[in-house]
Amino acid sequence: MKTLTAKLRKSGSPIMRGLIYLAAALTVGVMLFITAYILVKGIPNLTPELFAWEYNSSNVSMLPAIINTVIVTFCTLLIAVPIGICSAVFLAEYAKRGSRLVSLIRVTNETLAGIPSIVYGLFGYLAFVITPGRSYSLLAGALTLTIMVLPTIVRTTEESLIAVPDSYREGSFGLGAGKLRTVFRIIIPTAMPGILSGVILSIGRIVGETAALIFTAGTLAEVPKGIFSSVRTLAVHMYCLMNEGLYTEQAYATAVVLLVLAAIINWVSNFAAKKLSKR
Amino acid sequence: MSQRIRELLMKLLFLLCACVSVAAVVMICAFIFVNGVPAIAEIGLFKFLGGLRWEPSKEIFGILPMIVGSIYVTAGAVLVGVPVGILTAVFLVKYCPDKLYRLIKPAIELLAGIPSIVYGFFGLVVIVPLVQRLGGGSGKGILSASLMLGIMILPTIINTTEAALRAVPENFYEGSLALGATKERSIFRVVLPAANSGVLAGIILGVGRAIGETMAVVMVAGNQTVIPSSVFGGVRTLTANIVLEMSYAAGLHRGALIGTAVVLFVFILIINLCFSAVKRRGDK
Repeated sequence: MKTLTAKLRKSGSPIMRGLIYLAAALTVGVMLFITAYILVKGIPNLTPELFAWEYNSSNVSMLPAIINTVIVTFCTLLIAVPIGICSAVFLAEYAKRGSRLVSLIRVTNETLAGIPSIVYGLFGYLAFVITPGRSYSLLAGALTLTIMVLPTIVRTTEESLIAVPDSYREGSFGLGAGKLRTVFRIIIPTAMPGILSGVILSIGRIVGETAALIFTAGTLAEVPKGIFSSVRTLAVHMYCLMNEGLYTEQAYATAVVLLVLAAIINWVSNFAAKKLSKR
Repeated sequence: MSQRIRELLMKLLFLLCACVSVAAVVMICAFIFVNGVPAIAEIGLFKFLGGLRWEPSKEIFGILPMIVGSIYVTAGAVLVGVPVGILTAVFLVKYCPDKLYRLIKPAIELLAGIPSIVYGFFGLVVIVPLVQRLGGGSGKGILSASLMLGIMILPTIINTTEAALRAVPENFYEGSLALGATKERSIFRVVLPAANSGVLAGIILGVGRAIGETMAVVMVAGNQTVIPSSVFGGVRTLTANIVLEMSYAAGLHRGALIGTAVVLFVFILIINLCFSAVKRRGDK
């Protein structure tokens, strides 16, 4: 009996090893398959009409959506980055560790990070569209996304601020610089690559976001005239194409653009993070 | 003197910015609850949570099928994603040669960066036809949604499990090997149990992601408002319920949809609480 269990134990190992290799192969295989499938099916559909200046129902151009995505990203970062960095500076440089306020801020940041994007969308719809009595707008979309990406920016910035060695701070103080000067001249510049990698991660989230935008920024496929016009970002554009059910080829093409954007954003973010760790 | 004032003012500004996230959470709670709770009260809490029928045109709002739907697809995603994710993390930490690691790691990160609408599209054109061939019907349902969500939560599970495994002191592993245990036995009996709170935190994060996923699920779950009888049956999740009907809802119907968000929000809060409890236990 004992030898049997011992044998089973021994034979269990190769089985587990096999399963481990299988799981890894599966993960990599799925990833390769998704990217390859979308690229192969999508690239032939990338026709010049898809990049026409004006959107209409015959060319379903994605160029306005691409421009809108850039505008939405820019507006969101314009609000979220300063708030996020200042918030992280407070948490990393000013706050007393373990104070009640700090743990409250930590808990709320974690909560924000866990809220599903559709709840953000619904909140944005109620707070920035219904309550002020307006229609869908760029501003409503950007405000909603700001709250959504804030925890990412705060967390990555705080981590990279903490990673700055204390000797930098002491050196700066020793030379007679004040706290504020030390933060802006020494600590933030040193932590810049880490902060950037967080900002780029946020860009990735903004570009890929759909659920939080359809009820806040709307689905108008035109370049906006002002911050109160409705805009359709690329991901929302893809949702609209799929919903109408007539534009599968164009949806493939849009998927390629989104996938390539995601890959570029990932690569740049990694590059920035690596630069930080080298220092 | 003026410098001291400037320092103080900036400190206040930093503090103010740090409080934005607190204000945001308070505002989100306020808006969702103030708009959702009265509607739930009007419908009746038990009729709302326990009602089997959702017929907005007849003012019947029961979201039990959606609650069950969300739980089914999330459980399915966990069944698909967790074993594969944990084993892949084990591979990355203990088996993977350095050169291969430098290729696989970015691939997993890309998997995390792909927008959910692209996953939804992929699910619609690849997974749904596959499931259709397997089980007949439309192919849209629990199985398709579970497979797709399982893929979507993989990067979360892999990354947190990998970090947890790497945090286990190497001498645990070496000690087990020295006692004559095989590599696999050392991993599954010594290293993984030592990392269990990190692994659990990753699973909880994955559950949060799966239950909150919207656009991808809408595409492949079928969206019928009934409790399905098999894994091929169509389901509608809480998130899908909101996104499908919000654009044209008014009055009590809109209130019921916001009420759906309240239920979703409570789910997420519970998941978050579990997450921080597990993390705190791990930190000790």
